[in-house]
Amino acid sequence: MKIHEYQAKELFRRYAIPVPEGGVAATVAEALAIADEINAYPLVVKAQIHAGGRGKGGGVKLAADREELQQKTCEILGMTLVTPQTGPEGRLVQKVLIEQAADISRELYLSLLPDRATATIVIMASSAGGMDIEHTAATMPDKIIKVSVNPLQGLQPHHIRRILFGLGIAPDMMKQWSALLAALYRLFVENDCALVEINPLVVAGSGSLLAVDAKIELDANALFRHADLQKYRDVNEEDPFEAKAREYNLNYIRLSGNVGNMVNGAGLAMATMDIIKQAGAEPANFLDVGGGATAAMVEKGFEIILSDPNVRGIFINIFGGILRCDVLASGIVEAVKKCSVTVPLVIRMEGTNVEQGRKILADSGLQLITAVDMADAAAKVAEMVA
Amino acid sequence: MSIFVDDATRLVVQGITGREGLFHTMQCLDYGSRIVAGVTPGKGGTEVSAIPVFNTVRAAVDQTAANASMIFVPPAFAADAICEAADAGVKLIICITEGIPVLDMLKVKQYLRLTGARLIGPNCPGLISPGQCKAGIMPGAIHKPGGPIGVVSRSGTLTYEVVHQLTRQGIGQTSCIGIGGDPVIGTSFIDCLAAFEQDPATRGIVMVGEIGGNAEEDAALYVKESMTKPVVGFIAGLTAPPGRRMGHAGAIVSGASGTAQGKIAAMRAGGIHVCDDLGRLGEFCKEIFNHA
Repeated sequence: MKIHEYQAKELFRRYAIPVPEGGVAATVAEALAIADEINAYPLVVKAQIHAGGRGKGGGVKLAADREELQQKTCEILGMTLVTPQTGPEGRLVQKVLIEQAADISRELYLSLLPDRATATIVIMASSAGGMDIEHTAATMPDKIIKVSVNPLQGLQPHHIRRILFGLGIAPDMMKQWSALLAALYRLFVENDCALVEINPLVVAGSGSLLAVDAKIELDANALFRHADLQKYRDVNEEDPFEAKAREYNLNYIRLSGNVGNMVNGAGLAMATMDIIKQAGAEPANFLDVGGGATAAMVEKGFEIILSDPNVRGIFINIFGGILRCDVLASGIVEAVKKCSVTVPLVIRMEGTNVEQGRKILADSGLQLITAVDMADAAAKVAEMVA
Repeated sequence: MSIFVDDATRLVVQGITGREGLFHTMQCLDYGSRIVAGVTPGKGGTEVSAIPVFNTVRAAVDQTAANASMIFVPPAFAADAICEAADAGVKLIICITEGIPVLDMLKVKQYLRLTGARLIGPNCPGLISPGQCKAGIMPGAIHKPGGPIGVVSRSGTLTYEVVHQLTRQGIGQTSCIGIGGDPVIGTSFIDCLAAFEQDPATRGIVMVGEIGGNAEEDAALYVKESMTKPVVGFIAGLTAPPGRRMGHAGAIVSGASGTAQGKIAAMRAGGIHVCDDLGRLGEFCKEIFNHA
């Protein structure tokens, strides 16, 4: 689960990780009140959306005085911000972070994330701060210091030494740095983070450290043990249909094509999207109704798919295992009647009790196109949208 | 022959009295698997369909000589359940549970290295050696005993699809393993490929991957360097948009890494016969394995 920069900085403060003085505002009046309290220009106005590259899209602006702050806040609040990560539709900015501008002498990069292959927590640091880490990795791989921490042991002094000597930190700064790294590691594990990134981490003229940006992703599967973090979820940042699907326990992702599809199991669902594409059409969504889908879930699935006006046909691909095809066919028939499905439906069913399932579909009196196998289904999907 | 489970496998089911645990215990029994014990803390001394239930895995192992565990406990307690099985000396642990926090799994994986136990999953359908032992939630009837093909996959229903096509072509299976859709899993493609390479009854392998991570790329390198048996591959997720988790927690393209295109290229470079068309995978396998 992604959270906003201002929320990440709230967590940083809780762990005594230094961040610029500032506050979050949803209106111009709130922004001015924060600015008046800080009263030390220049200030920065930063759009709060769940996507990077905000500066490039005009979502981060410097204000030299009160008048400019008012003007920049007006510009950013309510704008649809388009960045390289938002897609062309952009995101509506509903909050801004007002912060004191940092006095920068050096910019660094720091991040923590779990490494799936080694089962460790990897700390990445680089002296090329302010730059996309993937860009640094591609152009200056030797600038990246990568330290793997065994989660059973936790962060050790030798890990910290490798990072600090690697970055060329002056010995008199080591104490401050050690405290920062230890706090970050603690924050990471205590809050079940999937990513913590500071880019840039600024060394001010005075030598003190400052997390000028803060990016945190939380492990959604661990939220059950973090009641205090659940409030950070921002439904405004989610596709409304995806949010609704989640309420129904369905795994749905909206895409830009016109062939809706409903599948049981994530792997088969991805493969089904690929088949739609190979058939010359484009998938309108990813929808996994789960390995143990029920008739009720199929009905909800139809509801979600049909809420997308681009959908011109639906491909249902079910491998009946424990869930028998006859049970599922009855569910489909019921759902089609209930949801008044008007677009063509291609149904491919395989597995346990498939013959009974096909008979139920055939006897339903509905206009259903049944396919005998995947290849046949692909051809019929292509025909459907041609 | 088979890998990891066979007719000598004695299963204990952790979470046997839960809805899923109970249902699938019955399914496995029907298939002929030997389920010798169940564990539900607080329900020790009771029975489920003549299977004794214990409070701890240790007690179950002591009294029934169980040598493998199948776990159905909810995600909040699953990491603890895995470690409990390992501590009780169980050497094969199959965790079906979906939704275990990643940090829990990092610790579990490090801990298991100290115990020598093998974990399959989590977030997986389990594994089956057709005709011998079903230790998972897959539909048993679609499998064909007797080999000679091994199947390994990150997915559930996609594996069933592949197995079903093999069976329809008259190709039997030695063992079929779902290694799980999570980012941190116990047993990798390489572990399974190595075991299949060693298994005299297995003559070829079908490997089913999907977007996210580098497991398929690593496996491709392993196939090139260490495998003599033919491997057929399939990758799901060519049309998956970057940055989105496609159902499985581990199925995500991050930047240029983890794409289906990259995996297919790496697998081809490793000598894996990649099939582009899932609808014809069964026929494709027949051709490859007949000529190998």
